[in-house]
Amino acid sequence: MIEYSDFVRQYLTVAIFAGVGIGLGAGLLGIGKIFRPTRPQEQKYLVYESGVDPVGSGWSQSQIRYYIYALLFVMFDVEAVFMFPWATRLETYGVFGLVEMLIFVVILALGLLYAWRKKVLQWA
Amino acid sequence: MIASLFAQVDPSMLRGGDVAAEALDSGIAQVAGPSIDWLALLPMIILLVGALLTLTFSSFLKKREPKGLFTLTTVAIAVAAAISAMPMWARVQGWDSLLWWNLDQSQTGPFSTAGGAVGIDGFSLFITIVLCLGVVLAALLADSFLRRESMTGPEFYVLVLLSAVGGVIMAMSNDLIVLFIGLETLSIAVYVLAGMNLRRVQSQESGLKYFILGAFSSAFLLYGIAMLYGATGSTNFADIRDFMSAVVPIHNGLLLVGLVLVLVGLAFKISAVPFHAWSPDVYDGAPTPATAWMASGVKAAAVAGLVRVFMLTFPNYASTWKPIMYVLAILSMVVGAALAIVQSNVKRMLAYSSISHAGFILMAIQANSANGTTAAAFYVAVYTFMVAGSFGVVAIVGRKGDGNHQLSDYNGLARSNPWLAGSFIVMLLAQAGVPFTAGFFAKFLSITAAADAHAVPLAIIAMVSAVISAFLYLRIIVSMFMSGGDDGTEDVIDRSKRLHVPFAAGLAIGICVVVTIGYGLFPDHLLDPARDATPAAVHSAPPIDSLNLGAAGSTSGSTTAGR
Repeated sequence: MIEYSDFVRQYLTVAIFAGVGIGLGAGLLGIGKIFRPTRPQEQKYLVYESGVDPVGSGWSQSQIRYYIYALLFVMFDVEAVFMFPWATRLETYGVFGLVEMLIFVVILALGLLYAWRKKVLQWA
Repeated sequence: MIASLFAQVDPSMLRGGDVAAEALDSGIAQVAGPSIDWLALLPMIILLVGALLTLTFSSFLKKREPKGLFTLTTVAIAVAAAISAMPMWARVQGWDSLLWWNLDQSQTGPFSTAGGAVGIDGFSLFITIVLCLGVVLAALLADSFLRRESMTGPEFYVLVLLSAVGGVIMAMSNDLIVLFIGLETLSIAVYVLAGMNLRRVQSQESGLKYFILGAFSSAFLLYGIAMLYGATGSTNFADIRDFMSAVVPIHNGLLLVGLVLVLVGLAFKISAVPFHAWSPDVYDGAPTPATAWMASGVKAAAVAGLVRVFMLTFPNYASTWKPIMYVLAILSMVVGAALAIVQSNVKRMLAYSSISHAGFILMAIQANSANGTTAAAFYVAVYTFMVAGSFGVVAIVGRKGDGNHQLSDYNGLARSNPWLAGSFIVMLLAQAGVPFTAGFFAKFLSITAAADAHAVPLAIIAMVSAVISAFLYLRIIVSMFMSGGDDGTEDVIDRSKRLHVPFAAGLAIGICVVVTIGYGLFPDHLLDPARDATPAAVHSAPPIDSLNLGAAGSTSGSTTAGR
């Protein structure tokens, strides 16, 4: 038998998990497919819109404003991702960590300042 | 069997928890930050802070900005950054004095700072200064262009500065992760630059194309970095180099895949041939000053990345990566030159010729010698001026709308704008490699480097492709001397049809011509710094003791590539 290195062995765990995950999902859906009755009706194949009949095409245009807001949101979303782990260990990082994070936050704040001055935040 | 697999829990996984527990017991354990030599990072910091301040202050301007304000600021920032690199250059080269200023330095030679993440050596400083000069040229070219295309505002300049920050990070990187961060900072700004001209559909198309393909190539690079980390146990160039010189891996599949993926990611950025398909479209669609920056700055940074990863970190794997680069160089030179000939759009011609130039640079890198580094550094520096000047002329001839780039749009330029046409001729001849221009020495050095490295067939193909591409440059030159139709139905072009050459753009083109001819007549003035621009793999001040590999542990343990 081939001797696996520890490195590969760790990935075997990943492979088993992936296999079980895919198998479970596919198996359950497959069982449902076998046992459920199928009576196709036209209404059943409409796009699901929380009970309301869908109007128009799915490719309708939406406001670009949402996109800009989403972009600004992502900026602070990512900031939070970095800040939470930093905040839990702030005491060990000391002044160095504080200054580093301040630089990071200030750079992001400059971006927000720019967006504000460019009237991106006005919903008009 | 499966149970035994899960039973093996690595005890080192639990160590993090122990440290935390100890920290709680004995007060607070401080994590010491790496010592940072701020002076060494000054070029990067000046560019970054300059860009951010320009953006912030411009957003507080009540009225429209005074004409040329941002151009001046950008030029000032870039020049300041270039000057701030000079003391470091003096330190790395071990000079006693810089001009009148007596240095009295205790430490000389290449060094590494910020915990081994940044390596300051001759090569990184050389490329830094080249990038700063590229920013100056791009800003000067952009000045009148942006006003003509109603794209005024600080954004263009800020993005050029920010991408230059990324380029400087790449040039100074001493770690694969830092290299990747630099590449992304560089690329993301350039994606936006390419799509900036909102009135031109091609510009937006090019921005999107560049973004999608660029993101794809970044993924390749990152995947390659992960593989290299898996194979060598480190992302630090100096550590990898030491590891590779001490250990001969039995199974090197992971390493080879990693090397190839990193090569793909970087070859995409310098648009070497199998990865070149984006570049004509993107160069053609992007605003012309942005194209000038892409061809000069982005290429210089990517070349720095190639040199640092391949020549510096994996010199003893040269037998593996050299043949790949050999093929890439041949393909880039031949395909670039051949496809350039059949174009009728000058911007696309220059894009294909830039692919061909990438082949010449790759040829210098594949030599894997000190001559090769010198040739690559020299080529990048000279090409920055040649290509920025060429695209400067293209920007002016493009006229309002930035759309007149056909060969026929250049008809009669020699008669209507003799100075502009003359400058373009100089730049094109330099790109063709005509003697008494800097382009000749650039080509000469890389061909000699290849020939010295026993790659004679490659050198011969390079010379042949130089002849092929000379035809393309001559084709543009001839079209500048043709005036209208041969049957005399079209008006004769004379001085009355001359194009207005704005001051800043004229200045930039003038600088490019002077530099191109100046270094063609006195190449030693550039050749000496290029010779001194040697990359070096240096450990951070306290050597990382996890890799205790004999001689590699000394504090100033620097290993210079190719010497």
